[in-house]
Amino acid sequence: MNNFQVIRNDDDKVTTLRIAGFLDAHTAPMLEREIEKLLEEGRYRILVDFAELGYISSAGLGVFMGYIEQVRENNGDIKMCRMNDKIYRVFDLLGFPTLYDIVTDEEMARAKFVQSSQGRVDRQDN
Amino acid sequence: MRSDDVKSKREYKLRIPSQTENLELIRHFVGLVAKKVGFSEDDIGKIELATDEACTNVIKHAYEPGQDQTLDVLIKLDYQKFTVMVTDHGKGFQPDKIKIPNMKQYLAELRVGGLGIFLMRTLMDEVDYDIKPGVRNQVKMVKYFIDQKNSRAIKSENQMK
Repeated sequence: MNNFQVIRNDDDKVTTLRIAGFLDAHTAPMLEREIEKLLEEGRYRILVDFAELGYISSAGLGVFMGYIEQVRENNGDIKMCRMNDKIYRVFDLLGFPTLYDIVTDEEMARAKFVQSSQGRVDRQDN
Repeated sequence: MRSDDVKSKREYKLRIPSQTENLELIRHFVGLVAKKVGFSEDDIGKIELATDEACTNVIKHAYEPGQDQTLDVLIKLDYQKFTVMVTDHGKGFQPDKIKIPNMKQYLAELRVGGLGIFLMRTLMDEVDYDIKPGVRNQVKMVKYFIDQKNSRAIKSENQMK
């Protein structure tokens, strides 16, 4: 029984992970392996699409906590989009929206990556 | 809320191997009973998640890896409340050493793990532990049919006076 799927899609800058099904202590290692692969490949701009995710527990939330430091140290980020209300409430309960960009659609998430990189260039200029 | 006969003194029990692959089945079990007694979709989600967190703790921490063990999920219904009891016979822990994380500090430090206990306490109205290591460890979580949070808040305010 394994009702979780990750579909990866790379473009030249951002990797999108579309996650579907149930993300719990049983399935979280699958997502960990996908993110570890990205980090090994030096892909630190990660966009997670939650549209098809039906459930998340703390084991799933822990995956994002586990890699965010390394990702940001390498000028990347994990941005999240298209969460349903049920999933968002769990993130919100734990205060995650203060730590992650969680936006309604993929375009907005991509725009956030552009803003972040411009922000970094500006700061370097100063 | 549905008729009282459904809620009057009933018990539902699931004994299941202590393995993460069974978490989905456990959520389904508690979710169906919660639905049967008329909880809202929102409350059903909270009960499922809190039970998942309690069972995940057992599966990850109660037994040594490779041990072939079971855990019990018992649901008790009475007129006022829905009680979920998760029981194992593993090594247990000291409940007074459990720290409820300060979420602001927790997030600032980017810590991993330990979120489950915070979620259980936040999602349910009451969470209690009865720990007898190696004999029987039990987490009891209660959800009232009518939201008791306000009245509990008044009670704790009075206790502080």
